[in-house]
This record gives sequence, structure tokens and C-alpha cells, in this order.
Amino acid sequence: MTTPLVEVRDLVKHYRPAGWFNRNAPSIRAVEGVSLEVAPGETLGLVGESGSGKSTVGRAVLRLEVPTGGTIRFEGRDLADLSPAELRATRRRMQVIFQDPFGSLNPRRTIGASIAEGIEIHGLAPAAEIPARVDALLEEVGLDRNYRHRYPHEFSGGQQQRIGIARALAVEPAFIVCDEPVSALDVSIQAQVLNLLLDLRERHGLAYLFIAHDLAIVRRIADRVAVMYLGTIVETGPARTVISDPRHPYTRALVSAVPHPDPDRQGDRIVLEGEPPSPSAPPPGCPFAPRCFHSQRDRRCDQERPLLRMVEDRQVACHHEG
Amino acid sequence: MTLLDVHDLHVAFDGSGHQAVTAVDGVSFGVGRGELVALVGESGCGKSLTGLAILGLLPETARTLDQSKVVFDGTDLTTLAPAAMRRYRGARIAMIFQDPVASLNPVMRVGAQISEAIRAHGRATRQEARARAIALLAEVGIADPASRVDAYPHQLSGGMRQRVMIAIALAAEPELLIADEPTTALDVTVQAQILELLDTLRASRGMAVLLVTHDLAIVASRADRVLVMYAGRIVESAATRDLFHAPRHPYTRGLFGSLPTLADGSARLAPIPGIVPPPDRWPSGCRFHPRCPVGVDRCRRDVPPLVDIGPRHTAACWVTGAEANR
Repeated sequence: MTTPLVEVRDLVKHYRPAGWFNRNAPSIRAVEGVSLEVAPGETLGLVGESGSGKSTVGRAVLRLEVPTGGTIRFEGRDLADLSPAELRATRRRMQVIFQDPFGSLNPRRTIGASIAEGIEIHGLAPAAEIPARVDALLEEVGLDRNYRHRYPHEFSGGQQQRIGIARALAVEPAFIVCDEPVSALDVSIQAQVLNLLLDLRERHGLAYLFIAHDLAIVRRIADRVAVMYLGTIVETGPARTVISDPRHPYTRALVSAVPHPDPDRQGDRIVLEGEPPSPSAPPPGCPFAPRCFHSQRDRRCDQERPLLRMVEDRQVACHHEG
Repeated sequence: MTLLDVHDLHVAFDGSGHQAVTAVDGVSFGVGRGELVALVGESGCGKSLTGLAILGLLPETARTLDQSKVVFDGTDLTTLAPAAMRRYRGARIAMIFQDPVASLNPVMRVGAQISEAIRAHGRATRQEARARAIALLAEVGIADPASRVDAYPHQLSGGMRQRVMIAIALAAEPELLIADEPTTALDVTVQAQILELLDTLRASRGMAVLLVTHDLAIVASRADRVLVMYAGRIVESAATRDLFHAPRHPYTRGLFGSLPTLADGSARLAPIPGIVPPPDRWPSGCRFHPRCPVGVDRCRRDVPPLVDIGPRHTAACWVTGAEANR
């Protein structure tokens, strides 16, 4: 077994709601004890609906958030132990691609300058070689090299996302957090960007933490998946088997809710009752218990939080599975 | 019997320069009573403008051109004066949008907003309207409607707010509901609930639904017919099963190739190359030709008409249209 590139142990992140009016409001328990690993060259899909805590996990892994508890190791080193200079050097190895690439590009700099920035900061190439590097990066993400003199607003959403990817690649990372990278794109463009991410992974041996709400997209790119609900992982294992044969009732509902593009293959749809509880007042037992339809659901589900345990090829957090 | 008959609809924006920019370019289709028709396309194809034009709700910079007809139950809505239009809009034809937050009044209780809609379109006392509002909240699947009727929008989740919008839309018992991306902002499990609700209401009330969406996958199980738009025009229309099993237009085929599914198989998708052109840069001839894998010379020059290629199946393509008629 290889050493994981990224190793998250018992991550907890609580937020104090901002503002004087909220001074007595309870904390928002965004992440409640999440552990995960990503091996070099591997893609872990982190799936969940809004409020599940998936993006918070991504931000904590990059140390864009300071965790309330738990540890995050990158290439074996605890990020909390690193000096600011060491953290900067480590950050070069871990990059991020956001849902909204326009928001992460400086509107007043040409895209060539934005892409060159990381190379300059980290001294990855002599100044004379930087323009050639930028050209190569633009071509690699499927853009014309003449585009480097243009500004972000001159590009479509899909092109902006390609620029965001070129910018992440510029510093030669080993690991990229992809936070909903295609969910704002039109479907024909979404497929192009997804294929690009697959190509780059292969060519550069990249590892991805691929955060998405869309299981069908995750199915295409992830080796393993972790399904989050209300701040915890409820099921994790190989993408293929977890999605084709989900065990946790929430995963089952999530899989069945994915619309199937074939009128004759609709199957039995599980339509969940209600909506997730508030992360500031999670239920005391299983977080999914208030909406659970499992035939053996009992009082224990309301009282005791189930822990992840091995069920065949994956881990499931349910008292009545495995 | 056709409830809505849209004929040769054109919508143009007043350009910043001298020329108007056409955004909907000769769209024709019908919706029968109780039928669920999906209008599918990517951003900028004109699908939302089509929905807004039916109700006369276009933005100020846009207008419907003269040849357009929107015939609802025998009356051409484009000829109506604003006062007469109000007897249709919100009353016989209702509309819901992607973002319920923007459509709801944040400082008014949801029950009062539903009651307002009930009283705007019919006679009812305050007590009657409140009782009807509670019944409507129950009908759209809101648990504990008698207490939720007094909630403010911010106290409800996104899914519940969309249900409230549907309740308001139902207040006047419309015969047609235009739903513009009603589930796009919602989580997938909530999306399934709202689609189920729209389908239930259509059956229980015999209400026709025009579902405007970018998502081909969600229409598979719900729509009777699908219209596919590209760059301001309908490029293919068919019964849902025919469209999904035998898509004919290269753009429709490209959309299917782009669509990720849960099935096993290659990770790589087969996307359409290039980008969706904005309305001021539509290419000549068939507007899909720069991205098309099967295009011929003629596609650059001549606009392909929407022709029958099978029973109730039309496509606007020189190549696949000719195949069918050979």
C-alpha cells in the first residue's frame, strides 16, 4: 500500500454564525469527524447535497480554512505543523479549481499574466522561458496561444474554466481540489471540460479530490467515492460498486434521484420525504434517521450515531447494513 | 385539441448599435390540454425568452416581432391590450422560475402571498382565501400547512419556497403552467420531489405544463414531447420516447453524447466541439454547422427547414432530413 498523498483524520469544522444578532445562535456543525485518503494519481469523488459539508472539507484540505479539530497530512506532513514558508511551498503542490472561474481570475490582468503568476512566484522557470510555458499551458487546455493577451471577460464560461485549469497546472501540482468544476457549464461544454480533466490526470499523474453534487459526473471520473450527509461520510468505497449497488439508505435515495436519460429505464424511484436538517441542530443519532425509510429503522437510529464499518468492498455508516 | 399554439415566434433585442439582435427566430409549436411538453436547450438558445414571450413578460429591451402569433384557447395573445392580457397572465397561464427567492416578497408571509393571488383572480373573503391557501400548501406537499402558512420565505428551505411558488401559480387554477428551470437551483433529491409534484398536478388538475430546461435527463421520465432548441430555432421535436431512442438532429445526438450517466463504460464522454454561439454571432445557414460532425457544403449557406422525418417527429437538418425522405 502506497503512502497516501492526502490524509484527513477526524476532521471537524464548526462555524460561529457572524453578526451581533447571532451572538447566541448555535454553531454550524459543517463537518463532524470526516476521515479520507487520496493516493497519488487517484481521484476521490466527494458527493453530497448543499449543506453536506463537502466544500468545507475541500477548503480545509487546502488549509483555506483552519479546522476546529482533526489533522490533515499532505505527503506525510501535518499541515498544522508547517511554518508559513513551508505551507507556501506545499501549496504549490496542491491546487484548486472552482465552480466559478471568473471569480478566481483577476479581471484587470491578461490571462497570460494570470497563468504566469504562479510560475513566477514559485520560481519554476527563468523569466525568459515563461512566455513559452504559458503558450504550452494554453495549448494543453485547448486554447489558442494568442489568447494570452486577452482579459477574462472576453471568454465564455467553458473557456474561463480552461484558463482556471491552466493556472492550476502552471505550478506543477500533484493534487487538485476540483470544487464543482463543471456544474455551471452547459452540458456540451461540461463534457469537454470533464474529458480535459481526464486527459490531464493521465498525462501528469494528478490526484483529484472531485467535489460534486452530480453523481453521474462523479461516476465518470472518480476511482472511489465518499458520500456526505450533514457533515459526515455515510458511505465510501469504489465508485463503480457504490453507485451500482448502494447500501446506505441515503446513497440509495441519491442514486435513484439521478434522472436517467432513457424513458424506458426509469426503475423505482425513491422520493425522499422532507429535506436535510439544519447543520446547527443535527439529530442526536444517525443524521439521516429523520428521513430514513430503511425497513429495520428503530429507536437506536435516533439515539446512537452509527460509525463507518466495512461492508464487503466499502464502508457504510448504518446500524442495519452489514 | 391544442391549448396553446405558438406560431412563427420572433423575439428581438434592441441592439446597442443600429441593428436589432434576433434571439428567437421563428419558433412554432403547440401544447395540448394536460400535456407536458419540454423545451430543451443550452444557454442563449432562446428557450426562456420563448416562455416569457408567451406571457408578454419580455424584458424592456426585447420585443415580439409582428409575424409572431401566440394563440391560447383561440385568442392571439400578442394582439391583446395590457388590461385584457391580465385575464390570461397569472389566471389561465401561470409561470414559475428557477429562483423562488427573487419571486417571493421577503417581508410578507407566504399565506398572504398565496391569498393575494387567489383574491386577484377571483372573489373570496380573507377567511376563504386563507383556507384555500392552506389547502394549496397541502396540495403542493408542504407538511403542516396550517402553521407554515404564517411563515416568511426566509424561514423555508429552497425546495419549500419552490413549492410555495407552485401554490401561488395554482391559485387561479391555470390551464397552462410554464415552468422555467424550476429545479435547477435545487438539490437532486429535492429536484426529484418537485418533478414528481409537477407530474402529479398535471394528472390531478389536467393542467398542461411547458417545462423549460437545459437538462435533457430530467425530461425523459416526465415529458410527453420534447422540443430541442439551438441558437433561436427548434431543431428537432418528437415524442419523448422517439427522441431518446432515435435522436436525428446532430445537435440532439451531441447532447446525448455529452450527457454523463451512472452506467458502466468509458469514462470519456463524446462532447460537441466548440462553443454555443451568442445571438449576435450566429453563423449563416444551419447555425449548428461549425460544430457539426456530418455537415455538408449546403449547411453553410442555406437554413434547413423543420421537416417531418417520421410520425410526429421533425428535424431541421439537410443531412438527416434528406436521409429520412430518400
